[in-house]
Amino acid sequence: VNQAAIGKQFRAFAYEVGKEKIAEYAHAVGEDNPVYFDRDSAKEAGFRDVPAPPMFAVVYSSGSVAPAIFDPDVGINFAMMVHGGQEFVWGEPVVAGDVITTETNVKDISEKGGMGFYVFESVSRNQDGQEVVRGTWTNIVRGVS
Amino acid sequence: VNIELKVTPDKYLPHRYAGASGDFNPIHIDVDFAKSVGLPSNILHGLYSMAQVARACTNAAGGDPRSLRRLSVQFRGMGMPEQEIVVSGEVVDEDGDRVTVKAEAVQGDTRIIRNAEAELLVNA
Repeated sequence: VNQAAIGKQFRAFAYEVGKEKIAEYAHAVGEDNPVYFDRDSAKEAGFRDVPAPPMFAVVYSSGSVAPAIFDPDVGINFAMMVHGGQEFVWGEPVVAGDVITTETNVKDISEKGGMGFYVFESVSRNQDGQEVVRGTWTNIVRGVS
Repeated sequence: VNIELKVTPDKYLPHRYAGASGDFNPIHIDVDFAKSVGLPSNILHGLYSMAQVARACTNAAGGDPRSLRRLSVQFRGMGMPEQEIVVSGEVVDEDGDRVTVKAEAVQGDTRIIRNAEAELLVNA
């Protein structure tokens, strides 16, 4: 595998979180906690507005992560790629109305047993500069040697 | 803290998740395409299955999304629509309000998520 892209930083992507988008996502993944759908319930629970479920991180991060995964300098063979692993570390909760800015870098590229391991790190912050999530995305590519 | 969740994604779940997440990879929503690349059928999004593990964890901690501090997973076997997903796990470490759990998600004999590890704040 070509490791030249390790450390490459991609441009920031900003995502404005909508209340109905949170509801759509929460419905799709089977969340039924009223805090995800109802502003009064959310405020009663101490949120500034309707919160996003933790895994909503995927929605606001992907606009930054996808261009990194598809970058020609990284050189992934998509036909042979699978999503091997994922980690999120959460910080400040994300709520409707937040503007989340995500930056992604290539954390590591390595090879083991004929497979390439491409690891990306995304860091997402809200409009006040607070870190909301840090994601580690591991893609595995078969047949690299 | 008891990690246990059962859910059966219906036939159209991958379409709803595609719309909600923005991931319209045809292996998830087009049966003919999926078969043309050697899959038995269209498959679930791995991040949907991870969201079920996340949901099992927050539910176990009382349902507050702020309780889930970290979750890492490995994706393995392919998840299929219209088959029951069973998420199970156990506490492996406790440090005051912070507990560490290990979990996995299976469909029948297929482990679709393994080595899931989560940090939860309980009584937050």
